[in-house]
Amino acid sequence: MSTEPTGDGETPDTTPDTASDTVSGTAAERPAPASGTPEHFRRLHPLTPLLRGWAFLAAAIAFGGQDALRSGEMGRFGLTVVAIAVLGMITGLVSWWFTRYGFDGDALRIDSGVLNRRSRRVRLDRLQAVDINRPLAGRLLGVSELRMEVAGGGKSEAPLQYLGVEDAIRLRAELLARAAGIDADTPEAPERSVHEVPLERLVWSTLLSGVFVFGLVILVGIAVAFAVVPDRRAILGVGWSILPAVIAIGAALWNQLGRNFGFVLSESPDGYRIRKGLLDTQHQTVPPGRVQGVAMRQPLLWRWKGWVRLDVDVAGYAGESTDDSQRTSTLLPVATVEEATTVLRYVLAGSDPLAVPLHPAPRPARWLRPIGWRRLAYGADDHVVVVREGVLYRNFTAVPHAKTQSVRVVEGPLQRRLGLATVRVDTTPGPVDAVIRHRYAHEARVIVRTQAERARLARKADVPEQWMSRRQAPAGGGDPDGDADGDGQQTASIERDQE
Amino acid sequence: MAASPRCGAGWAYGVASGAVDQDALFAPPDEDWQQVSRKLVHLRRLVLLVSLALGTAVVAVGLGLLWGTPGVVVALGACVVGLIWGLWLIPRNWRAWGYAERVDDLLVTHGVMYRKLTVVPYGRMQFVDVASGPLERRYGLATVQLHTASPATDAKIPGLPAAEAARLRDRLSALGEAQAAGL
Repeated sequence: MSTEPTGDGETPDTTPDTASDTVSGTAAERPAPASGTPEHFRRLHPLTPLLRGWAFLAAAIAFGGQDALRSGEMGRFGLTVVAIAVLGMITGLVSWWFTRYGFDGDALRIDSGVLNRRSRRVRLDRLQAVDINRPLAGRLLGVSELRMEVAGGGKSEAPLQYLGVEDAIRLRAELLARAAGIDADTPEAPERSVHEVPLERLVWSTLLSGVFVFGLVILVGIAVAFAVVPDRRAILGVGWSILPAVIAIGAALWNQLGRNFGFVLSESPDGYRIRKGLLDTQHQTVPPGRVQGVAMRQPLLWRWKGWVRLDVDVAGYAGESTDDSQRTSTLLPVATVEEATTVLRYVLAGSDPLAVPLHPAPRPARWLRPIGWRRLAYGADDHVVVVREGVLYRNFTAVPHAKTQSVRVVEGPLQRRLGLATVRVDTTPGPVDAVIRHRYAHEARVIVRTQAERARLARKADVPEQWMSRRQAPAGGGDPDGDADGDGQQTASIERDQE
Repeated sequence: MAASPRCGAGWAYGVASGAVDQDALFAPPDEDWQQVSRKLVHLRRLVLLVSLALGTAVVAVGLGLLWGTPGVVVALGACVVGLIWGLWLIPRNWRAWGYAERVDDLLVTHGVMYRKLTVVPYGRMQFVDVASGPLERRYGLATVQLHTASPATDAKIPGLPAAEAARLRDRLSALGEAQAAGL
């Protein structure tokens, strides 16, 4: 068929080790029987089976316990739990024993499975991001999870669950160094904090979100109803029925507050880094040239404070559920416009999206978008295409030409009557989409043609996948990415060499 | 396959103003446009006839049991309307399909009500799919689809003769490899 540069070459897939288990893994000193796995490959943290299995065991106890309480057979229940625990312990240990990882050429290889051996190779030149996540239980036990995104086929690639804290950091440094195309022993690059979100602002941004206001309205409504309506039972019924909604609202608020607690964005030669989280902490590293698009957004109530949020498209991040995508795609949860602008300039190195002159949508667009048509606008310079839209929820999107996957024009029947068409600049899946709505047909034609041309030129000048390699083997050609980018990278590589 | 520019008289649209503009937008006249096989019309007619016949039979029986003869008449009437509309639409839809291989990208255009033009740079291609169902095979047709890292990319070309599909597949993958860019 064709090239499939999506990264992992997977052998026929097997059931992932659904280890259900409990036990402290102490039995670790036996010779490795695993055939084909090189000797220097390492195992995951010995507490892995315990951490992976505890949730399963808890569920078994909860369900079985209910059952046992109802029937009164506590003895049998206890036996079952012990049996499950022993079984889970054995399978967990076995799966842990047979899972090993290590570097194999220019890829990270992870061998796992007992009956069906599975060997995955994660191509490092396709590395899009490296995350170190520490769930609450992991923090208590001193382990963390390392997650690599290689933009392959939707699901996240190869989370290494679990590694010791030091091991994870060392492995990340080695992954990034190899992916950057420099010596694997290079220690982790230094980072410089760019932006920290103050707790007070985070709390206020949560309180000013539409979800919170909505929840407040519901609560007040219930309180008023209690005071006014005499039939308490009916109100209680209504209250119960909206309980799921209330829980959903709570979860949404937690998303903004708990997940983004202690948010620090820093820059390093290995790209931008994000550290955040109250209970579960997350530490993301996205190398240079991996940002596929950025959106600056402003909910209605934030306008009063002049705050915005930044969302980012990174290939592989949006592969899973929307929840995961929301968690990983936040570049800044809340910031002032100036701060956001600085960050925007930094992640889209060499361009200034907010300085791009905008062309508003033509007048006929008012028939299709009576309220927001005046805010519809797009613009493009040599590096990015930007789109502005939204009246209540303001939205400003920037997509680098070098990351354009394809360009489309679509024209519906109504648009045809008005002589309009919509141009879409397709990017990898994620929260950022550049849609240039409602332009005159002749204009749309020019946009498509120039956009395709700009994308072609930008692709040639883009940051190479091995973002350090260009500096090591200078090709002689001028740096087409503009000064800011070039200088940044130059110093970056020197810093690393000195380390 | 005969290379035929798609901006002939038959292509012109029933829109009073800006018809030229419209064509130029979705099928830039200076490209070497290829049409898909005419057999696609036969294939789609067959699918239409069979599905309409089956659908009408079910609805007619249902309505007939409910309302008696008038119900059957209504069902048959709807069937005739659907048939005429479909038979009118299918050739137009076929004519709207087109693709052009440029130096750096592939253009695909289709759609009658919603007209679309997709520009896919070869370097952005992740893989090419060639599919041919049992019906398509009977007509010697195949569908070629380009995939990029964006699921929104809408680059599917149905109704290609098998040989052309194979040629296109090979050419696309060769070009994709030659111009491959990272994400």
